[in-house]
Amino acid sequence: MSRHAETEQFDVDDPRLNRFDLVREGARRDGVRIVHYEPRFPVPGTKREKRVERTVAGLFLLGGLAATAFVVGYIAWPFHYVPGANVNKLYTPVLGVTLGLTLLLFGLGIILWGKKLLPEEISVQERHGGASPRDEQRLTGATMMNMVDELGIRRRPLLRRAALLGLLPVGVVAAAPLIGGFIQDPNRGHILAKTAWRKGIQLVRDDMTPIRPEEVSIGGQMTVFPGIPEGNTNKYGDSPTLLIQLRDEDAAALRNKLAGVNQGSMWRNFVAYSKICTHAGCPASLFEQQSNILLCPCHQSQFNITDNARPVFGPATRPLPMLPITVDSNGFFVAQSDYKQPVGPGFWERPDETTQD
Amino acid sequence: MRRRKIDVAALPGAAATQVDDRLTLATPLRKAFNKVFPDHWSFLLGEIALYSFIVLLLTGTFLAFFFDPSMQDVQYNGSFTPLRGVQMSQAYSSSLHLSFDVRGGLFLRQMHHWAALLFMAAIIVHMLRVFFTGAFRKPRELNWIVGILLFWMGFLEGFCGYSLPDDALSGTGLRIASAIVLSIPLVGSWVATSLFGGEFPGDVILDRLYITHVLLVPGAILALITVHLALLVKQMHTQWPGPGRTNRNVIGVRMFPGFAVKTTGFFMMVFATIALLAGVFQINPIWLFGPYRPAVVSAASQPDWYVMFLDGSTRLMPAWEIRFHLAGHAYMIPAVFWPTVVLPGLLTVLPLLYPFLEARFTKDRQHHHLLQRPRDVPLRTGLGAMAVTFYLVLFVSGGNDVIADKFNISLNAMTWAGRIGLLILPPLAYYLAYRISLGLQQHDREVLAHGIETGIIKRAPDGRFYEVHQPLGPVDEHGHSALEYQGWSVPKKMNRVGALVPAIRGFFFPVERAPERELPEAPISPAPDRQEISSH
Ligand code: FES
Repeated sequence: MSRHAETEQFDVDDPRLNRFDLVREGARRDGVRIVHYEPRFPVPGTKREKRVERTVAGLFLLGGLAATAFVVGYIAWPFHYVPGANVNKLYTPVLGVTLGLTLLLFGLGIILWGKKLLPEEISVQERHGGASPRDEQRLTGATMMNMVDELGIRRRPLLRRAALLGLLPVGVVAAAPLIGGFIQDPNRGHILAKTAWRKGIQLVRDDMTPIRPEEVSIGGQMTVFPGIPEGNTNKYGDSPTLLIQLRDEDAAALRNKLAGVNQGSMWRNFVAYSKICTHAGCPASLFEQQSNILLCPCHQSQFNITDNARPVFGPATRPLPMLPITVDSNGFFVAQSDYKQPVGPGFWERPDETTQD
Repeated sequence: MRRRKIDVAALPGAAATQVDDRLTLATPLRKAFNKVFPDHWSFLLGEIALYSFIVLLLTGTFLAFFFDPSMQDVQYNGSFTPLRGVQMSQAYSSSLHLSFDVRGGLFLRQMHHWAALLFMAAIIVHMLRVFFTGAFRKPRELNWIVGILLFWMGFLEGFCGYSLPDDALSGTGLRIASAIVLSIPLVGSWVATSLFGGEFPGDVILDRLYITHVLLVPGAILALITVHLALLVKQMHTQWPGPGRTNRNVIGVRMFPGFAVKTTGFFMMVFATIALLAGVFQINPIWLFGPYRPAVVSAASQPDWYVMFLDGSTRLMPAWEIRFHLAGHAYMIPAVFWPTVVLPGLLTVLPLLYPFLEARFTKDRQHHHLLQRPRDVPLRTGLGAMAVTFYLVLFVSGGNDVIADKFNISLNAMTWAGRIGLLILPPLAYYLAYRISLGLQQHDREVLAHGIETGIIKRAPDGRFYEVHQPLGPVDEHGHSALEYQGWSVPKKMNRVGALVPAIRGFFFPVERAPERELPEAPISPAPDRQEISSH
């Protein structure tokens, strides 16, 4: 092979060779030809070279200055939150600008160094891709096949089957503790179908105070929670409900249209809908008084509150469930029961309301 | 005995000899130093992603020392007065603490967030580059697959991180995510309850997301990056066609020092950009959103930009729900399933298969190390334009309420525009991209045959007007040159072939004297009957 012969001829200790000759030879042995190599400034110390040098040095020094500014700002600038407009609010910008400048100046300096001071170079490297030589493939293939034969898996079907059968449970053993610990049955306690509401539970505000009918304005709405301990916390994430007092004509319209399960759920002109969007569970509660539309801000599903909160636009498919309400002997709103349909987003085995009513 | 003198200059050499004596490193090390990298601005995009990831690791480690993912209810009493006394989760409270009471905490948090946004952006632009230039072709299909996995891992990582502070926005995102999981046929409710440890939100999900966010996914990303780079080194970088560049070589500079210096500088610049963004532009001000509560509504709540397209697809999806009965029980597939599970599934599988499909349909089994200009492969460019348009319609629709609000358009009109646009615009984009590619191709061929339009109009003695063309090579009797298109840009302006005086160096003052002006020779062999085109 010619390449080999060349390598033999090359004497690294030959005193006539300079260091770059060695570099070139090294590159050659690595399949790289340095075809063009030339200092940026053939005559050292020209005005232009000095100028580039000064620029790079200047960038580094300025970078150091910015870094110092960063450290000083970091330590000395007040950073605790104080309400109102004050210098503390500038803490983050001060850090950002000084650190940004530091890195920018150093980055520029380094790039300039590389572009303007490093020698100009064009190198060509050969690619040796593609498949291995056929004999190599054959040899490796034979080695691999031999492994299989040595194990005798092909000749000993009994062993093979036994190993597979035995390994299967072992695999399950490996997976079981990893996955098993997570598994929770969604049907236990019917958590997807039930909320915290039960018969007689008061409708309360966020501050846990109960509500009298006269406290809701006509055409107005109010977010209510089940009046149980922690009823307004994330523990009962599916229970928030929107209590609305409809105008007379709207209430009459709704009463005429009340769908099966919703019958008897209103109290006078009051109606309570689940706040959890049936599409993906956001709170559907941007209320447009004029059009009697509830809008969900997440994907803009719109629900008509004078028609069982039927979806009228957007990706939601099912109406917001209605909470059956009444007023107890003390004059406060209470639930008649839990929601009659599952609240919130749909899932595979969700009962179909058409079969219920 | 003579005292041994220590020759300081020889020390590194001696140490190197000792190391090599044990590890036999000389040859592989030199090989690594001598590796040649081609240079083009479009090769830097992947580097941006890599460097953003490094920033993410650095800042994320800092944040982890202060953040506590517990969902336990606590009362906030840190220094952010507007929220004092508010009940919230420990996670949200520690995020506030980190932002207001830890020196530089807010800065690093914002750096972390900006770096994440940049990471995803760089990945996407890098993938577009790879797609449109055909860099994914044999033998690089595997690296294309690794890249797609990296994108989805980054997506997951970003989503987990976005959910951790437990502010109103992240809780809303998580709520939707739980609905998406619920929507999966057959196993949805089991998976959702198992993930959340019961009903949404439960009290374990943040701990689980936390370990996913700081260990599992970053580990996977690191592993994938390692494979990505190892394959790059093994298969060597692709290059653009050009003088001397063939399918069997790489032309550029060696890794050390040329490439290394440049890339270090570039790393600094990426880092600097993130620091500047983090310092000057507020990102995800969680203290304005308040703690997450399922009943609290926030209009115009947008996810991070790389999730927007899924938000858009969910918004555009018509209210189609499949319901059926089986053995007396009702079953359903909710509408969310299609735009958030099926669509991303398709968006993963199609690109994964694309290199193989293209090879199959073009019957191309060759190795390719030279990149293609998008115009030279109109079909692929068209398909890419189609995909990008599809994505953009979804992306814009993810913010359609904001657009409707700002420009006073009806929300429903925006939704319908999105639905129709999603069907009509991608084919249109395909057609346009295809035609434009062909047009550009033709123009290249035209310039090669007829020469560059000089912009000089002459009038012949018989009164005809014609434009003087500068041929790029020897011409035949019709003034046509027979130059072959080389897959690389054709000069189309006179200054690209040296018709202008080179610029004089110097920022404020010239640092050199202007050279005597002489008419430059065209770099490609000049036409024999070259027209005089500049006047003295
Ligand atoms: S969650 Fe209400 S529209 Fe999607």
